Amino acid sequence: MMTDLTPAPRRAYIEVEELSVQFPTEDGLVRAVDGVTFAIDKGQTIAIVGESGSGKSVTAQAIMGLVNSRTADVTGHVWVDGQDIVGMTDDELRKMRGRTMAMIFQDPMSSLHPFYRIGAQLTEAVNVHNKVSKKEARDRAIEMLHKVGIPSPEKRIEDYPHQFSGGMRQRVMIAMALINSPSLLIADEPTTALDVTVQAQIMELILELQQEYNTAVVLITHDLGIVADAADQVAVMYGARVVESGVIDDIFYAPEMPYTLGLLASVPRLNQVRAERLDPIPGNPPSPIRLPSGCVFNPRCVYTDRVEGNLCATERPALLPTAPGHMVRCHMSKAEREAVATIALGALGRETT
Amino acid sequence: MSAYVVRRVISMILLLLLLTFVVFILFSLLPTDPARLTCGKSCTPEIIEANRHRLGLDLPVFQQYWEYLKGIFVGRTFAKDSPDPVVCSAPCLGYSFKRGEEVFVLIKEGFPATFWLALGAFVMWLAAGISVGIYAALRRGKWQDKTVMGISLAGYSLPSFFLGLMAIFFIVIRLQLLPYPSYVSPFENPTQFLQTMILPWIVLAILYAAFYMRLTRNQMLEVLGEDYIRTARAKGLPERIVIRKHALRAGLTPIVTAAGLDLAGLLGGAIITESIFSLPGIGSLAVNSVNDADLPLIVGITLVTATFIIVANLIVDLLYAVIDPRVRLT
Amino acid sequence: MTEIMNSSHTSGDPVLRVTDLKMHFPVRSKGLFPKTIGQVKAVDGVSFDVQPGETLGLVGESGCGKSTTGRTALRLLEPTDGKVEMDGIDVTRMSAKEMVPLRRKAAMIFQDPYNALNPRHTVGAIIGAPFAVQGVEPVGGVRAAVRDLMDRVGLNPEHYNRYPAEFSGGQRQRIGIARAVALRPHFIVCDEPVSALDVSIQAQVINLLRDLQDEFGIAYLFVAHDLAVVRQISHRVAVMYLGHVMELTSREDLYARPLHPYTHALLSAIPVPDPRAQKNREHILLSGDLPSPVNPPSGCVFHTRCFVAQDICKVDKPVIREFEPGHQVACHFPITEYLGSTPIVGPDPGLTAESELEGMQDGDSMEQAAESDLIHEPGTNYKDGPDSLIDPGPGLWR
Repeated sequence: MMTDLTPAPRRAYIEVEELSVQFPTEDGLVRAVDGVTFAIDKGQTIAIVGESGSGKSVTAQAIMGLVNSRTADVTGHVWVDGQDIVGMTDDELRKMRGRTMAMIFQDPMSSLHPFYRIGAQLTEAVNVHNKVSKKEARDRAIEMLHKVGIPSPEKRIEDYPHQFSGGMRQRVMIAMALINSPSLLIADEPTTALDVTVQAQIMELILELQQEYNTAVVLITHDLGIVADAADQVAVMYGARVVESGVIDDIFYAPEMPYTLGLLASVPRLNQVRAERLDPIPGNPPSPIRLPSGCVFNPRCVYTDRVEGNLCATERPALLPTAPGHMVRCHMSKAEREAVATIALGALGRETT
Repeated sequence: MSAYVVRRVISMILLLLLLTFVVFILFSLLPTDPARLTCGKSCTPEIIEANRHRLGLDLPVFQQYWEYLKGIFVGRTFAKDSPDPVVCSAPCLGYSFKRGEEVFVLIKEGFPATFWLALGAFVMWLAAGISVGIYAALRRGKWQDKTVMGISLAGYSLPSFFLGLMAIFFIVIRLQLLPYPSYVSPFENPTQFLQTMILPWIVLAILYAAFYMRLTRNQMLEVLGEDYIRTARAKGLPERIVIRKHALRAGLTPIVTAAGLDLAGLLGGAIITESIFSLPGIGSLAVNSVNDADLPLIVGITLVTATFIIVANLIVDLLYAVIDPRVRLT
Repeated sequence: MTEIMNSSHTSGDPVLRVTDLKMHFPVRSKGLFPKTIGQVKAVDGVSFDVQPGETLGLVGESGCGKSTTGRTALRLLEPTDGKVEMDGIDVTRMSAKEMVPLRRKAAMIFQDPYNALNPRHTVGAIIGAPFAVQGVEPVGGVRAAVRDLMDRVGLNPEHYNRYPAEFSGGQRQRIGIARAVALRPHFIVCDEPVSALDVSIQAQVINLLRDLQDEFGIAYLFVAHDLAVVRQISHRVAVMYLGHVMELTSREDLYARPLHPYTHALLSAIPVPDPRAQKNREHILLSGDLPSPVNPPSGCVFHTRCFVAQDICKVDKPVIREFEPGHQVACHFPITEYLGSTPIVGPDPGLTAESELEGMQDGDSMEQAAESDLIHEPGTNYKDGPDSLIDPGPGLWR
């Protein structure tokens, strides 16, 4: 059963293995990310889903090597094309950032430098990694802006970020991220700050460019709709850990972890006749400073009585395969998990596969 | 842009007019009789009345103000009908009978010392404050940062009269490392000039540098937390470029404002420092004029100082627009 | 003046009636001599009513004027034009003083539970403030009433003396809700009450709001951008765009048979958390961004992004009208048939719409698609299924 965890032959393009990030603070050690494991190939999208404080954004930053090694303790492995990011020197990392892997952020309003022209910011990204002439860099920037759908890019390149709308700025960010054709794109809540009609445009653009460049995409989001729309695989994070992962059908149609079930049951849906009441997860998400012992979800879990003894509160469950490619972190037996899922999903008016 | 400047200059002039008016009226409301102050102990009511007439103080207040205002632009003559009229040429900010000199001339004489003091201190505190501030920001939370902040707090809380007196006492009197300060023009005797100015510069700079260290550090920390800095790092830029090109430009912008206004304020005289080091600047002049109740001089210095600050405000705003493309001057 | 009749609720006076409401904010130049250089037409002729015990959802994207409408409805802002009636009383031009007794009848819940509570006041003081302000002495005293409210909204009454900082986001929103319902208002404006909260907490708060409505018969004007949340809580929904109500109808009609092209686009733009259904939904991608409310487009404000717009839309502003009983729409060309069978040809280069319905040949997925499709609900005849939708136009979107 442990074969899926054995890293020996690297098959996937990106393999994140037992990645942990800890910040020492005055209030104690903050475990922002605790043993995160997943893998994806080029051209594939994995969505990391979770609520605020679940550690999804720190995971993204750790993969980019943006977590400051002076203030945080990063352990585990992030294999990108056979190279381990964790343990690289600052300079080695820097050379990979923007060339092998790139990132776009939640707030396009504040992610571009307000004092520099769009063109300067784009060509800077080219020049860092390539020895090219001014003209070439500029041409590359214009071409990229054209690709992301900025009208008359040869003029707009002279504009400052504040002269662009939010959606257009996110397009510029995407252009900047993909200008060196990276093989990994990390999108951290790329549409959260945007209106829905613009969100649809941006997601479409990301997926289109992903196909063109055959990029692996790590999509960080809290929106299950976006996951359903864009992802091939999903890792559900809660309390700094991945609690369930698999292909999207596993997560949406055959989930087994109680948190995933709760999440699916609590989202209001656009496409279903309304139940009179939503079925929320009781309680509040844990603080990363004081994570519950045992299973991080146990204080909010309604199924802890289905596990022998007090195991949920005392012992940390491992992320184990339940079906090929489908991993679950839960003390319940597979039979129990499936029974629970049938009840929870039955309430949603959907059948499990 | 140019329309903006024109509008700003017009509003600046209006503001200065308003200021002259308020200052003038305020001083005319003082219980002190300026005419009485024009003659010494052996005064008779006749002399006072004569002087009152010569100075135009027998006119209604508003007419006095009008004469004053006119004097600034075209000059004026005091005691026109007497045998020895006093001509005060434009820009006439009044005539100090105490000192027997035009106010404008007095201020002009005091200006070089003040100017050199302000300029030297300005350069020193900017260099020290900004560089140390950046250093502290980059080592946030580390002992270097804490040390710098501690020193800054100390510098900030030491009053300049204390620092200045200590400097004179130890360095000049006890250790005799420097001669007693005596101001000369730098073009006349550069060595003596430097020997005189170095202590006041340091004293003044310490005070401001402490403030600028904190300002710079906090600005830098704020900017370093900005999303666009993360973007710059995500591009793969080397850290020194991230700091120099992306963080510094944004972080130092607000410092331009503070520095411009502080320099302008200092050009109106550093009262304590000038007094301690006996620099014949506008600050010393202001202190003396207050001691002597030399009203025309006080009014004049107030106006000049205010003008510096108002003009600096405009320059700073224009500079801001040059640095930050989001600022539209309309 | 637009004539607005609402037929779905007829009992007595509505708790809120807003008629042709306009809220324009002047844009001033800065400096010593500021002059008005334009108007932000945040709300530009909006009419609706809220019946007792009803929830009216007000949805739209940022800058559509939904929050301003909510604030103006409570007379937190004085409208530029139009009429606001609370319980049949015209409050449009009332002074703050005259409004005081009416404030008991209406309350507000804010988006940001972090900023809406004074950090220096205890929870007890915050929730009890309305009693003090209105000079109401509840039976059993303020303290007992506050503890009762805390218990009712799911807070521990023992935490009476704690400060807002000691609570999580969801709990803070509960504090805001307790304060809002303290005086048993007839109606509450909820301004994005759950959008700052995590998904699992959102559901808790939505349920709480519904329970309070059932218990106390409170009417809500529920301002939100999330159409799924609005669907969960609203009886009727108004869709706003650039200061105008584009469509106003019952929840069932809005989600099952939307008439306005903007509503279609909005609904199709939101991905549903159901991968198979999502794959089979119609996709209408609007081109471009929202125009500025300072210089809104001529004619129909939506024409610049509309995929059914014709020449008339550029010059003639459509008046909101009752297209079907209880279903109002402001459009020259409401979409009455299923999009797939409508011969719509893109009118302008701004057109970027598309449909993605692959794998429709095999009957199984056909049923799946129909069942999960956004605009399919029992009682609609859309089952014929869409095929080629709209000319995709020369846009970026293939």
